[in-house]
Amino acid sequence: MAAPLLEVRDLRVEFPSRRGTLTALDGISFAIAPGEVLGMVGESGAGKSMTGAAVIGLLEPPGRIAGGEIRLAGERIDNLPYERLRRLRGKRIGAIFQDPLTTLNPLYSVGRQLSETMLTHLPISPAEARRRAIGWLEQVGIPAAARRIDSYPHEFSGGMRQRVVIALALCAEPDLVIADEPTTALDVSIQAQVIALLKRLAREQGTAMLLITHDMGVIAETADRVAVMYAGRIVEIGPVRDVVKAPRHPYSAGLMAAIPPLAARIERLAQIEGAMPRLAAIPPGCAFNPRCPQVFARCRDARPVLRPAGASQAACWLYDDPAGGGVHG
Amino acid sequence: MAEAPPLFAAEDLARSFDVSRPLLQRLLAGEGRRRLRAVDGVTFAIPRGSTLSLVGESGCGKSTVARLAVGLYAPSRGQVRFDGVALAEARHDPRQRRRMQMIFQDPYASLNPRWRVGDIIAEPLTAFGLLPTAAARRDRVGALLAQVGLTSADGEKFPHEFSGGQRQRISIARALSSNPEFLVCDEPTSALDVSVQAQILNLMQDLQRSLGLTYLFISHNLAVVRQVSDRIGVMYLGRIVELAASETLFRRPRHPYTRALLAAIPDLDMTGRTRIPVGGEVPSPIDPPTGCAFHPRCPLANDRCRAVAPASLPPPDAPGTLVACHAVEEGREAD
Repeated sequence: MAAPLLEVRDLRVEFPSRRGTLTALDGISFAIAPGEVLGMVGESGAGKSMTGAAVIGLLEPPGRIAGGEIRLAGERIDNLPYERLRRLRGKRIGAIFQDPLTTLNPLYSVGRQLSETMLTHLPISPAEARRRAIGWLEQVGIPAAARRIDSYPHEFSGGMRQRVVIALALCAEPDLVIADEPTTALDVSIQAQVIALLKRLAREQGTAMLLITHDMGVIAETADRVAVMYAGRIVEIGPVRDVVKAPRHPYSAGLMAAIPPLAARIERLAQIEGAMPRLAAIPPGCAFNPRCPQVFARCRDARPVLRPAGASQAACWLYDDPAGGGVHG
Repeated sequence: MAEAPPLFAAEDLARSFDVSRPLLQRLLAGEGRRRLRAVDGVTFAIPRGSTLSLVGESGCGKSTVARLAVGLYAPSRGQVRFDGVALAEARHDPRQRRRMQMIFQDPYASLNPRWRVGDIIAEPLTAFGLLPTAAARRDRVGALLAQVGLTSADGEKFPHEFSGGQRQRISIARALSSNPEFLVCDEPTSALDVSVQAQILNLMQDLQRSLGLTYLFISHNLAVVRQVSDRIGVMYLGRIVELAASETLFRRPRHPYTRALLAAIPDLDMTGRTRIPVGGEVPSPIDPPTGCAFHPRCPLANDRCRAVAPASLPPPDAPGTLVACHAVEEGREAD
């Protein structure tokens, strides 16, 4: 594999609170190569969005990075001063968030927002920026781009706005795009269009992408590799086909089984009993142990780390044996 | 379908909303009133003990149908019949009203944060005067909590002490407290994570079996709908474009919109494959296209589709299905 573009090692994010310090992310490690799409899945509160926010330096205070490191093309970016980080965002890291209305400035035309972003980060003239802005709108599939460039965000529909956001995230030609639930607010027919677009752009421009979503279908279709998060930790990471078809961690297995299949009606959906613990009450040992159908004594005492399991890696004591165990049932 | 009379029937149901600008602005701009036809002539029936689902994208009118079904909105045209009685009359009779209940999408907004869970669940009992003594109500609340997988001690707590999935269980317990026969579920699992969604769908299925409930289920998620439904209506811009038995719809979708919708859904089996997206977007219901509302996005559209709105007809080879499509009627479908 090519040298990773983004490398996150042992990332730890803490929230100081009155009742003591809460650990929101713990021991997060992953890498993304140029042109690769890494999907990040998990339930709400698992820490997916926070991982994206930490990478891009937009953690909500009082949250802070308390350990580990984040490298972009080999250079540490987790300890940069504010101004340097700000220049890095937009230029080298683009972001796409769930709600296009909060990302776009309602008072500026989309053309102006695109042009300003490019003029800030690229050595080009205003005329060239406008020309490229039209080009980007065409790229993301906005009909009559030359005519719509001076329209304001409210004049676009939801799906069109999300395309504008994608154009905005990509127009400064970043090396890395953080896409946090980019299609969740969209209807399925529009979702398909936006995903096809993201995939094509990542491939053509060689952009690395961290795709955060709770929708396994979107991940299955778009990502090259997947990381499954639970209670602030990565419990499994591996090639998309393996994680979806042969999940190794009992939590991933439960998650995949709980997804209603489109292809058939099944008598009864598999369900994981209970709910994900709150940050203040993460159980000792493996965080999943109270809900795990295969729990044994060691799971309650010691916390497992990621170990090879098939083509993937799983943080589960079932895989402590180098010969490899398996998820049964 | 002719055996027993359906518990619920919508007959040519329509509802429009006035979305005109203020009078002065209308006069200045020289424009008339504008009406948004949210639901435009919807007909379906639900036999007792079964589940009918309405699916479609946002703005197709499915939630408006849900509200019309329990009488939260009055129809602009057509009517709802509940157990043979027009809903407009049944609404005035508490004995009829308690037989239908609704479960809403957002369990964070639908439970009063200042009330204890026990009081929330007991409210329909008090409102309908079903159990006269406090002790009897308390017992009933305890039994309902147990029925949805919580404990009677949970009745003393407040909604904020529960997770989203548990709150939806509380909503279900509240809906069940007046012993209803018919539940309207408007996106009951859309706000929940998949593992919790599975818990709630399984619970709803168990309750349907043990209590003989009839469901009108509203969802945008076709995979969820497939798991729970006996019949499915696919809605587009205020109309049902296809109404079929669940298995028939998935095995052989007929309307071009149903096909496009099914093809657009990302599935776990899709790894590495690219789908063919449906082009275009849902048009505005204020200014719907002429003829068939789907024609601007339809690969089979011709002049007739652009001019005349198709009626719901059974295709010759599928008598239990209703499809509103000229291409299906004329046999122009490409398989």
